[in-house]
Amino acid sequence: MSHRQDGILERRQLLPLVPSTERSACGPVAIIECVENIPCDPCVEACPKGAIRIEGDMNGTPSVDFDTCDGCGLCVSACPGLAIFVVDMSLDAGAATVSLPYEYTPLPSVGDTVVTLSREGKVLGEGTVKRVLQALALDRTPIVTLSVPADHAMDVRHFLAKDVTA
Amino acid sequence: MRITEHPILKFEKGPLVEFEHDGRKLKGHEGESIAAALHAAGVRVLRHSIKLDRPRGFFCAIGRCSSCLMTVDGVPNVMTCVTALSAGMRIETQTGKGIIPDVHFPTPPTDPDYPRDLGNVPLAIVGAGPAGLSAAIAAGQLGVRSVVIDENPVPGGQLIKQTHMFFGSKEHHARVRGIDIGAILVKEIEDLPVDCLTGTTVLGLYPGRMLALLRNGRLHRLTADSVILATGASENMLAFPNSDLPGVYGAGAVQTLMNVDGVAPGKRVLMIGAGNIGLIVSYQLLQAGVEVAAVVEGLPEFGGYHVHAAKIRRAGVPIMTSHTVLRALGTDRVEGAVISKIDGDWRPIEGTEVELDVDTICLAVGLTPNCELASQFGCDEAYVAELGGRVAIHDASLETTVPGVHIAGDASGIEEASTAMLEGRLAGLSAAAKFLHDREMGELTRLRSEAEEGLRALRAGPFGKHARAGKRKMLALASARGGDS
Repeated sequence: MSHRQDGILERRQLLPLVPSTERSACGPVAIIECVENIPCDPCVEACPKGAIRIEGDMNGTPSVDFDTCDGCGLCVSACPGLAIFVVDMSLDAGAATVSLPYEYTPLPSVGDTVVTLSREGKVLGEGTVKRVLQALALDRTPIVTLSVPADHAMDVRHFLAKDVTA
Repeated sequence: MRITEHPILKFEKGPLVEFEHDGRKLKGHEGESIAAALHAAGVRVLRHSIKLDRPRGFFCAIGRCSSCLMTVDGVPNVMTCVTALSAGMRIETQTGKGIIPDVHFPTPPTDPDYPRDLGNVPLAIVGAGPAGLSAAIAAGQLGVRSVVIDENPVPGGQLIKQTHMFFGSKEHHARVRGIDIGAILVKEIEDLPVDCLTGTTVLGLYPGRMLALLRNGRLHRLTADSVILATGASENMLAFPNSDLPGVYGAGAVQTLMNVDGVAPGKRVLMIGAGNIGLIVSYQLLQAGVEVAAVVEGLPEFGGYHVHAAKIRRAGVPIMTSHTVLRALGTDRVEGAVISKIDGDWRPIEGTEVELDVDTICLAVGLTPNCELASQFGCDEAYVAELGGRVAIHDASLETTVPGVHIAGDASGIEEASTAMLEGRLAGLSAAAKFLHDREMGELTRLRSEAEEGLRALRAGPFGKHARAGKRKMLALASARGGDS
């Protein structure tokens, strides 16, 4: 099934978007899940390092120079498609963080345990909220950083607040 | 069901006032639409149809479809989706055509100073959406005075309910939310020679480029050296059994209800259509705390951007391509829907029916350009499928076959708001040309090619293929007309 039928990128489409294992181990890095030729380029401008490039006019797809990107996350809330995530695999063995744009209420609090979801909205497991960034410059697109098991880092793309009514 | 918490919006409501609905006391916020106040109070049936006495709710929520007509303070056929609620209003469910009473009508003006004739302006622009406002700004920056006329109470057109960030490049306000772009455009006209007449309907265009206006129940006339029609588009309907039930709403109506009035359209919604509008409105529903049961799309692939689809997929909303809605369930409101898989010829496949527990069906099945004024004024028209329907034939400078009458935005072919803004600019510049000195022509040419280049870039990708094909056909039609004369 193609991503234009179910909305899910295939493995082969994701591979070029993801840095090498060696690079991932060095620190946080931006992953841009934007594979279509749409007229859009704010990510290029958002990057203070010039690490994001679009070939040709703004209808090209963005690519990240993983050696220049330091995972600062300024591109995350600049993306109108909410398609940019920052993944940090450089942490202690077995752990990783995923930073994602989260335009919902209520915002979680640091320390909350949440249910992590995949690109298909399937439950992957649990994560812990490490950081919640809200600033005027983010223009109502807060960035939530979750601590997740390292083997979930490339799959966690959303989360649900855990039901606390119990 | 009022939305109390929203990640993007803060709803500034008027004071809570009491009104009467079919003899029952209800409360709503002064200034919000009557339809929204009723919806928030749980009332979905607004009238009964003339022939078959079927229940009717609203459908478009922008004063176009007439589905929401009710009797207000004794006056029948009031469009409740665009009529503001005030304290003590007596609102009745309308059955049939209604009886026009002798009283209640605005008395004819007795004021001797009643300015029936508003004189002549260089440029009259119909529609204060992204195209119309951009046209006024472009002309105004060249010193050409304009009047922008819009029937809505506030300028901004459909931008006032677009909570998402726009695509494009910096010069197209990329990564700025539609609501904020609207505010930017409105702010820009404040410092320019632009008058904005909101709450004013253009009833017709007459010889000599005379516009008949209806404002506060009074008729006015205004003549203009040039006219730009930026009248936007209307939502398409989809025919299926029970598609007239209250709770079957257009996607724009759902946006108006939740993003302008702060009222949730329902608890669980079925979205029909997975173009950008269907995908974006589904996301906005989730943001408003409304569940989306599924997005159903008849085509084998969805039409919108993958990034919009990805946002709702990761939130758990299924997108079902090659599926359609067979019927809505319910007697006086939507209580469910039956969907089914379809084959390559759009025939439902037996045995694939699924019943969904939803209270709202949202239709995002395309738009049709509003061409009434162009048509009434005698502009030649053509049906161009890629542009969404009948459109006034226009050349590269967006001038119709009637000299001095231009067209821009969705009225000239269905596209995005980003292209509407650039088309508006282009139409504004083209219409301004005749008021400029020869020495200003160089600058005008430069600005025009800038706008044209912007349009070319926005339409260059695979998602711009319909717009490119449609505009190509349009240019061929325009040059054929030009050859005749």
